[in-house]
Amino acid sequence: MKDTSNINPLENEAIYIMREVAAQFEKPVLLFSGGKDSITLVRLAQKAFYPAKIPFPLMHIDTGHNFPETIEFRDRLVKELGLELIVRNVQDSIDDGKVKEESGRYASRNQLQTTTLLDAIEEFKFDACIGGARRDEEKARAKERIFSVRDDFGQWDERNQRPELFDMLNGNIELGQNVRVFPISNWTELDVWSYIQKEEIEIPSIYFAHTRATFLRDGLIWSADDAVVYRDEEEEVVERIVRFRTVGDMSCTAAVLSEASDIVSVVQEIRDSSISERGARIDDKRSEAAMEKRKQQGYF
Amino acid sequence: MEVLKIATAGSVDDGKSTLIGRLLYDTKSLTSDKLEAIENKSKQLGYDYLDFSLATDGLVAEREQGITIDVAHIYFSTANKSYIIADTPGHVEYTRNMVTGASTSQVAIVLIDARKGVIEQTNRHFFINNLLRIKTVIVAINKMDLVDFSEERYNEIKADFEALMSKRDYQDQKITFIPVSALKGDNVVNKSEKTPWYNGETLLENLEGLDNQDIFNAGTPRFPVQYVIRPKTDEFHDFRGYAGKVYGGELSVGDDVVILPSQTKSKIKEIHFYDKKVQTASRRSSVLITLEDDVNISRGDMIVRANDLPTMDKQFTATISWMDSQNLKAGNKYVVQHGVNKVMAKVERIHHKINPDYSGVDDTVETLAINDIATVSFKLNKPIFYDAFKAHRTNGSFIIIDSKSNNTVGAGFIQ
Repeated sequence: MKDTSNINPLENEAIYIMREVAAQFEKPVLLFSGGKDSITLVRLAQKAFYPAKIPFPLMHIDTGHNFPETIEFRDRLVKELGLELIVRNVQDSIDDGKVKEESGRYASRNQLQTTTLLDAIEEFKFDACIGGARRDEEKARAKERIFSVRDDFGQWDERNQRPELFDMLNGNIELGQNVRVFPISNWTELDVWSYIQKEEIEIPSIYFAHTRATFLRDGLIWSADDAVVYRDEEEEVVERIVRFRTVGDMSCTAAVLSEASDIVSVVQEIRDSSISERGARIDDKRSEAAMEKRKQQGYF
Repeated sequence: MEVLKIATAGSVDDGKSTLIGRLLYDTKSLTSDKLEAIENKSKQLGYDYLDFSLATDGLVAEREQGITIDVAHIYFSTANKSYIIADTPGHVEYTRNMVTGASTSQVAIVLIDARKGVIEQTNRHFFINNLLRIKTVIVAINKMDLVDFSEERYNEIKADFEALMSKRDYQDQKITFIPVSALKGDNVVNKSEKTPWYNGETLLENLEGLDNQDIFNAGTPRFPVQYVIRPKTDEFHDFRGYAGKVYGGELSVGDDVVILPSQTKSKIKEIHFYDKKVQTASRRSSVLITLEDDVNISRGDMIVRANDLPTMDKQFTATISWMDSQNLKAGNKYVVQHGVNKVMAKVERIHHKINPDYSGVDDTVETLAINDIATVSFKLNKPIFYDAFKAHRTNGSFIIIDSKSNNTVGAGFIQ
C-alpha cells in the first residue's frame, strides 16, 4: 500500500472545506453550472464523503441560454452519480416580472441570474451555497473569503469580511443569512485543468475544439445562435474551429480559436496562453469595477 | 505540484505591490490583457514606466486611495512550484490583516525601503512573522536603485535588522537578506549586474530552493475528527469512518491511538483516501480513518498516537491578536474555535499588552482594542485538547468568535 505523501495540497484543502460545510450547516447546496469548475467541485465532494454519497443537492440556475451540450452533460452526470438536482429558471423570474430582459447588442441574462438564485436560496432555506469561483479569476475575487457571509439580500460587504486564520472556518451565521463557500478559491485555471487531466474527469464537449458557426465582434468570437445571441446583419457568420475556455451563458461567453481537441492539448494550450480566462467574458469588460459591483448585488 | 504560500508585508510606500507585480511580470505570469490594462493605466496616470502595483490593487476603494486595504491573494507558478502570495497591508492599523495573512503562510517577505532602513513598521512585521512562527523569512531590501546599489547601505540595514533578531522569541527562524529593486527588476527574478558584491540568490531562486524542512517544524500528528461517515449502503453496511485532516506529523495503519476526550484506546485499521486505501496519511492530507474497535466518536473529538497526548484542559493562557472594533474586557464571554471544536470561553484576565515593535509590554491595560496583541487567560466550559503553539502551529492556535455578531474577532496562540 502507498502513502499520501505525494499529496496535492489544493485538493486536500478543498476536501477539508467540503467536510466543514457538511458539518457546520443545516442545508448546504452545490451551485452547478455545468462548467469545468463546478464539475471539479462535484469530484471533490465525492472524494470528501466517499464511500457515502454527497450529502447535499446540486442546484443549477438555468438562464435558458445555455449551450445544449452543457445541459445534456449535466443530466447525464447527475444520473450516473445518483445526485439530487434542483433547477430554477431565469425565464420564470422574467415571466413573473421580477427581472427585465436586457435588449440590444450586449443583451445577456447573466446578471438576471442573481434574482433567480436569491429566490431559490429563500425557497429552499439554503444556508450554504458552494460555488466554483477562484481568486485568480478577477481582482475583486482575490479578496473573497472561503466562507463569505451574505445578508438576507444576498449582498456582499467587502469591507466587513471575517478574517480567516489557519484552517479554521467560522460558519456561525444568523437566521436569514447564508454563506457562499469557495473550496477551490486557491486554484488557478491551470490547476483546475491539470486536475481534470489527472483525475480523468469528463467535461462537456464544447471545451474541446469543434467546428461552429460564429461571428466576430469587438475582437471576440461569438456563437452565431440567433435565438440567443444578438447579431447585427452585417456581422458575418463564418464557420470556425473553436473551443470555449469558460462555459457561461451563451450570450456572454466568447469562443477562442483552437485546435485543442483533447485534454492533453487543452492543458498545453492553457500553459502557453497569454490571455486570461475572464478576457473572454464580456460581462467583466463592461467596466473595470464590473465584478465588484455585481458581487455586491449578490452575484456569485 | 508543491504549493508555497507567502505572506508579504511592508509599509505604504516601500514598493510591495510593485515587487509582486515584478515577480508576476518576470515569471511571465501576467496575461496579455492584464498587461495591457496596466500599460493603459500607467499611461493614463502619466508614468514613464509600468506601474506593476496596478496588477494587485484590487478593490475600487483601494484604487481611489492608492493603498491596499485587505488581504489579497495573488497566484503565479514556475515549472517547479505554485506560489500563492497573501498580500497584506503595512500600515499600523492593520495588524489584524498581517496576522491573518501570516497564519496561512509558510514563508514571509519583509520589505525594507533602502533609503529609510529599519523603521518601526519593520519591527512590527518581523514581530508578527516571528510570533506566528513562520519558519523562513526573506528580508528584501528594496529600492536599491535609489541608493546607487550601495553595498555599505545594504550592510548597514542588515546590521540594524540583525540587532532586532536578537530580541525575537522564536530563534530558529531562518532569515535571508536580498538587495533588490522591484521597479527595475534587480535580483527579483533575474540576477542584477549592479550588485557584483552580492553573491546570494535572487528572490525567486531562494523561493524555488525552499523544501519542507524550510517550511515546517517537526511535530506530532493530531487528527481532529471533522465528520463521521456512515454510508448505510448494502456494500458498506456497517462502515463507520472518521473524516479529517492530519496535522503536524503522519499517521499509519496499525498505530496505537487514543481518542479524546473519552481517552478510549484503539488501533488504526484502515486509512482511505477517496476510493484508495493507503498505509500512511501524511501531514496535511484529508483522509478517512477507520479503527479496530467500535468507539463512539463525534465531530470535535481528536485521534492521537497513544504515547503522544496533547494537554486536555478547561483553561489556558495565550497570546492573542484582537481584531474587532468592540473592545475585549476581562469577564467577557466568547466562542473559542480550536480546530473544528467550538467551546464557550470566558476572559479570566488580561495579563499585559505587548507592543509589537519590541518596545516592551504594558501591564496596566484593562481592555484590548482592535490591532492589540496581548497575553490573556481563558476559562472554558469544556476541555479542549491543545499543544503549545511553539510545539504545534495548528493545534496550538484558535480563533475567537463573538456570539452576538458571529464575527471572528480575534486569534490566539496558546502558551
